[in-house]
Amino acid sequence: MHHLLEVQDLEVKFALRFGELTAINGVGFTLERGERMGLVGESGAGKSVTGFAIINLISKPGYISRGRVLFEGRALNQLSHEAMRDIRGNRISMIFQDPMMTLNPVLTVGTQMVETLLAHRRISRQAAAKIALDKLRMVQIPSPEKRLTQYPHEFSGGMRQRIVIAIALVTDPALIIADEPTTALDVTIQAEIMELLLELCQAQKTGLVLITHDLAVVSQVTEKLAVMYAGSIVEKGATDVIVNDPAHPYTQGLIRALPGIITPGSRLHQIPGVMPSLTSIPPGCPFHPRCPFCAAVCRTTPPHLAPVDSRQVACHMVATQNGRLEPTGIVETWQPDTRMTATGKAVETHGR
Amino acid sequence: MDAEKALLSLRNVVKHFDISGGLLDQIQFEKGRLVRRRTTVKAVNDISFQVLTGETFSVVGESGCGKSTLARTAIGLYPPDGGKIYYDGQRIDHLSPGQMLPYRARIQMIFQDPYASLNPRKTVRQTLEEPVYFHQPSAKAAEVRDRVAAVMEQVGVDPQWAGRYPHEFSGGQRQRISIARALMVDPEFVVADEPVSALDVSIQAQILNLLMSAQEEHGLTYMFITHDLSVVRHISTRVAVLYLGTLCELAATGELFQAPRHPYTQALLSAIPKLGQHGVHYVKLKGEVPTPIDLPSGCVFHGRCLFADERCRHEKPALMRLQSGTQVACHGVEEGRL
Ligand SMILES: Nc1ncnc2c1ncn2[C@@H]1O[C@H](COP(=O)(O)OP(=O)(O)OP(=O)(O)O)[C@@H](O)[C@H]1O
Ligand SMILES: Nc1ncnc2c1ncn2[C@@H]1O[C@H](COP(=O)(O)OP(=O)(O)OP(=O)(O)O)[C@@H](O)[C@H]1O
Ligand code: SF4
Ligand SMILES: [Mg+2]
Ligand SMILES: [Mg+2]
Repeated sequence: MHHLLEVQDLEVKFALRFGELTAINGVGFTLERGERMGLVGESGAGKSVTGFAIINLISKPGYISRGRVLFEGRALNQLSHEAMRDIRGNRISMIFQDPMMTLNPVLTVGTQMVETLLAHRRISRQAAAKIALDKLRMVQIPSPEKRLTQYPHEFSGGMRQRIVIAIALVTDPALIIADEPTTALDVTIQAEIMELLLELCQAQKTGLVLITHDLAVVSQVTEKLAVMYAGSIVEKGATDVIVNDPAHPYTQGLIRALPGIITPGSRLHQIPGVMPSLTSIPPGCPFHPRCPFCAAVCRTTPPHLAPVDSRQVACHMVATQNGRLEPTGIVETWQPDTRMTATGKAVETHGR
Repeated sequence: MDAEKALLSLRNVVKHFDISGGLLDQIQFEKGRLVRRRTTVKAVNDISFQVLTGETFSVVGESGCGKSTLARTAIGLYPPDGGKIYYDGQRIDHLSPGQMLPYRARIQMIFQDPYASLNPRKTVRQTLEEPVYFHQPSAKAAEVRDRVAAVMEQVGVDPQWAGRYPHEFSGGQRQRISIARALMVDPEFVVADEPVSALDVSIQAQILNLLMSAQEEHGLTYMFITHDLSVVRHISTRVAVLYLGTLCELAATGELFQAPRHPYTQALLSAIPKLGQHGVHYVKLKGEVPTPIDLPSGCVFHGRCLFADERCRHEKPALMRLQSGTQVACHGVEEGRL
């Protein structure tokens, strides 16, 4: 049997005026049928580019410069446009942060759902309309018959996102890629949408790649997790394992920076500096200028993902110190007021 | 509440926005007659509270519930349509711009989007010097220069970069610069409207730490507006929960998170995603948030509340103080059934 999704050593570049920029660098992971994976990281880490690359939607000046995406065993980035169109929006659906990326403002919700179905299925309009109605019911839209005849602007933000989910589900996809589906919504609506997405994926054995910067949401909804930093996956494995016992210094820092983990009112743990811009990714480990455990090798040699306990970590120090970097070390070494320069690089007040 | 410790005091403050448009938009034909209809957004309705000296007073609630409007009205950026506002014992609503001037230096504001709030054509130095010269026209150039360097140092931006423009900085650094601008005139009260909402977690932690340090060093009082409840729990002394422009609950932070009393507060807190929790568990509400144009009768929350009864639909609940110190506006709590 093939994996549902297998991303192998994926690299995406953008050819810009001042040269080439590598947005993601050697990203790889697998997903089985019905499995849910979170892809987390801070702004600019390459999460969305990874999502778009999976469905072969990287457009100029960007291109996939290395690697493969296998979906049910077929290499997507080698398929013809037609073959790809038949998979996208059919076997693989996408949900974006802004529902209007999916919804057409001048068509009724019903028309959009029916057209999506007719594009991929040889069924009658009536049969399609019936499926559309079913899916609207599934996402708990009240009075769905009436709602089918309405336009997107007649719905609230939360309802629009539920309709997008209904459209994503209309073809019974095997995989859904959801890119920050609730980031723009209030927490109460986020909870509704996440519960819905989780239940529907479980009920239909749909695979899910959930792209978000919110680790708490990921821990509620996914079984697997990949943490990205500056275009690379730095840690991946079971969500529980990583969330409860992060190994990579960046993952440790990210989790410990969350308010709600330590005593209210105390100083939060902070990672000094900022993520480098892709045009100036430092040599060696991309995290080394901000890392409290940085050693000489980190400045020169890029680390690769290697197994540590039950997960994979890309860190020289984790690899050499039996997979255990004591998080207490971070607290002592991190300088709360590390000064930053305008180029976005942390001044290394903590160098060793 | 200790009246003399109150830095800011709101009494029955109301702020509505008229969005009717021109006269023609307002005229409607109803029941055989022409009538003129005004459309108003009831953004802030009859809100009273006090912000005490030295505390961090947070205002939470969902998008559109009136947090920003409340903050701006409270510090005199919008004239209220009703109620009274006192700052340091003096009434400040409806002051003329000239009379308001001394308060403009004592009260500073920080916004969500530092990019929009910093002038792109001004260097950091110009941005930081401007409020000083505005409030102290006779300030000495050398002293202002030193102050710019000192404040930049304090917020963690290298003073060497004072000659640079906002676009040359990252989002977190720009937020540091807007905090620096607020600190330049040595304020006593800072209103921060979603100051970390646009930032990544690791940068958010830096900025929250900076805000906490600045508070300690300068004895600042904060009014903190945000929809991020984890942040609220971490930094606040007391929290006010807003729903549809109405104050539902006001409590000490620990009390609010341990024993929320208003049904809306309970639902809101239950929806916060928790690290390490499996599945999504939360209190489900009925229906959708109504528009602030047509406020529901009785309790503004009744249409969504799982405990609403006849009285809730007709009678507006008043804010009442419980033994715990929590203030809550709910008939169910008052009647002892919740
Ligand atoms: N069309 C493009 N042209 C040039 N660079 C691009 C383009 N699209 C993305 N990038 C670059 O690729 C990098 C990764 O972007 P991506 O959108 O994947 O980040 P992300 O992790 O999704 O961040 P966010 O959380 O902000 O959505 C960014 O630094 C961005 O500058
Ligand atoms: N200048 C204005 N003119 C007309 N209506 C306004 C104005 N400012 C705010 N409103 C309306 O008043 C209500 C409250 O808005 P406000 O911006 O105070 O909410 P908020 O709680 O800050 O929301 P958010 O979390 O989205 O920032 C909204 O319905 C908004 O549309
Ligand atoms: S007053 Fe009534 S409707 Fe309002 S919150 Fe309390 S129980 Fe619910
Ligand atoms: Mg993205
Ligand atoms: Mg606001």
